[in-house]
Amino acid sequence: MGRKLLTEHINVEGIDTFEVYRKHGGYRSVEKALKTMTPDEVVEEVKKSGLRGRGGAGFPTGMKWSFLAKPEGVPRYLVCNADESEPGTFKDRQLMSKLPHLLVEGMITSSYALGANTSYIYIRGELLYVLRILEKAIAEAYAAGFLGKNILGSGYDLDLFVHPGGGAYICGEETALLESLEGKRGNPRNKPPFPAVQGLYARPTVVNNVESIAAVPVIVNDGGEEYAKIGVGRSTGTKLFSACGHLNKPGIYEIELGLPVEEFIYSDEYCGGIWKGRDLKAVVAGGSSVPILPKELILKTAAGEPRLMSYESLSDGGFVTGTMLGSGGFIAMDETTCIVRNTWSFSRFYHHESCGQCSPCREGTGWLEKVLHRLEHGHGHMEDIDLLVSVAKQIEGNTICPLGEAAAWPVAAAVRHFRDEFEWHVTHAKEAAKPGAVYQGKSVLV
Amino acid sequence: METTSVKPQFSEAAKAEIERICKQYPTERRKSALLPVLHIAQAEFGGWVSPEVQDLVAEVIGIKPIEVYEVSSFYTMFNLKPVGKHVLEICRTGPCMLRGSDELTAHLERITGAKVNGATSPDGLFTLKEVECLAACGFAPIVQVREKYYEQLDTPAAVDAMLTDLRNQVHRPALPWEETGLPNALANN
Ligand SMILES: Cc1cc2nc3c(=O)[nH]c(=O)nc-3n(C[C@H](O)[C@H](O)[C@H](O)COP(=O)(O)O)c2cc1C
Ligand code: SF4
Ligand code: FES
Repeated sequence: MGRKLLTEHINVEGIDTFEVYRKHGGYRSVEKALKTMTPDEVVEEVKKSGLRGRGGAGFPTGMKWSFLAKPEGVPRYLVCNADESEPGTFKDRQLMSKLPHLLVEGMITSSYALGANTSYIYIRGELLYVLRILEKAIAEAYAAGFLGKNILGSGYDLDLFVHPGGGAYICGEETALLESLEGKRGNPRNKPPFPAVQGLYARPTVVNNVESIAAVPVIVNDGGEEYAKIGVGRSTGTKLFSACGHLNKPGIYEIELGLPVEEFIYSDEYCGGIWKGRDLKAVVAGGSSVPILPKELILKTAAGEPRLMSYESLSDGGFVTGTMLGSGGFIAMDETTCIVRNTWSFSRFYHHESCGQCSPCREGTGWLEKVLHRLEHGHGHMEDIDLLVSVAKQIEGNTICPLGEAAAWPVAAAVRHFRDEFEWHVTHAKEAAKPGAVYQGKSVLV
Repeated sequence: METTSVKPQFSEAAKAEIERICKQYPTERRKSALLPVLHIAQAEFGGWVSPEVQDLVAEVIGIKPIEVYEVSSFYTMFNLKPVGKHVLEICRTGPCMLRGSDELTAHLERITGAKVNGATSPDGLFTLKEVECLAACGFAPIVQVREKYYEQLDTPAAVDAMLTDLRNQVHRPALPWEETGLPNALANN
């Protein structure tokens, strides 16, 4: 059994209350940091831990913190990204609703490290009920003297607020999030300037995912070096995976990075195998923005090594035979899944969610959706398949934010690994258009 | 339907909540309160935000009405047209589709008589709206109604239980700042 650093107490009765959370060792990291460490020493521990951002990009958190500009007399902000909208991802919602104090504790310790005196948790608007849970936890933390003025007599002041979005995936992109927090449309900003220099209200700002912030207490309590001993290579610590799709036991699982994918899917400790006794067809391992892989390539790398749940192993083979760890949204598809239909559904998502600022993304996502729609509904042409690849290429690298690429790459990967299934949708258009129709051939591997 | 001739007013409880929220941001940054205040407005005025309600939002925050319109039209949660008593937001994205969201939508259209992304049910109770991933994919398929998630709606019995629950609601559930027990208006149909 792997160690659980974040979720050890998640099922304890009453763990969402200050009292019970505290009894289980909660808020120790605040005491340790504020009473015995300087802010820079906290940053140092996070650096040593090797923690990588859990929001999707995997950027080292300690390094991000050390880039924060600190001009004299200018306030700086920590903003927690709780927008969680990447299809397949539902870990932050679970963590916040069951362990609200873990995030509050992480926000206090992290804000101290960064010298922020006001911090925000930006939560997607659909999760208003979780906002209520967090606000209750925050009120308890104020009452206990862990928030507000002169926390634990240390002289450090912090106010913490929760801010709801209004329904827009793009607000998960950090600069769109900041625009949204300022009461505007969620249009991503041109970079530079980066948030570390000009973020919220044009002040230096760090944006971190919920799970990244939630890992800080354990790093401060046990030390960065201890944390770094868990995991493999540059994939240190534990990671939450949210597993969904055709699995026997969908849900969130905290794993030590480095667990074999095969064990994650089939072992009863985790997902318990594919539902209804069926065979696995494909997996999207890190949220809808990462390339899909057929069964053979998700279980083993192209070189025949067992594929592991780590940043490096999942990306082994690049975009030709590999994928990415992304947000940890693990979507499994059984043998009855139509890949064209699924790809179309994701394209519809990106088209719907494109903010529309850059034409390659606005028009390109529209094209992808339209072409996939006609392939799926029996009106496609053979040329459409290469058209998809070419539209995807034209989006790549030509946009303000990565949403365009997040829309393009998965389409390119689906065509790469399942081209014969796309072709079948043209050659057997009538049959393919029937509800529930699935290509029975064998997908070709690259 | 909402009559628009009388200028809408926030309840006292909502006004107090709005002032609490505005204090979360620097004084010269009250505009930051726009999204939270729009959520309050939608809850107070029958599940949608009319142009008059949006003007009121602009007024209480102290910004121009256009600043509200451009935001309310960007985010999917704000309904800009009148809705039924309950808006059922059905997730249609990949992971939910894999576990039957298309079938759920068809089933809901059949038993309520509403049209997805279209007409409210003839009894005025239900509006069906398709939305994208609600961050609950492991419990698919999902419907959100106001602040509540109904999960694993993969059997007719589960769907019936949800609809019965909603039919039994005379008022919408109270929000934390309303605990004084004021009756909460649902859309007047
Ligand atoms: C379109 C798009 C959506 C994103 N959605 C999220 C999200 O929901 N949650 C999140 O933490 N990061 C999201 N990100 C990544 C953020 O921009 C940012 O990298 C992250 O919040 C940084 O935190 P971390 O370093 O702790 O991972 C998204 C990025 C893009 C381009
Ligand atoms: S890439 Fe798409 S979502 Fe990102 S800024 Fe451009 S149009 Fe908006
Ligand atoms: S796809 Fe429906 S909740 Fe994520």
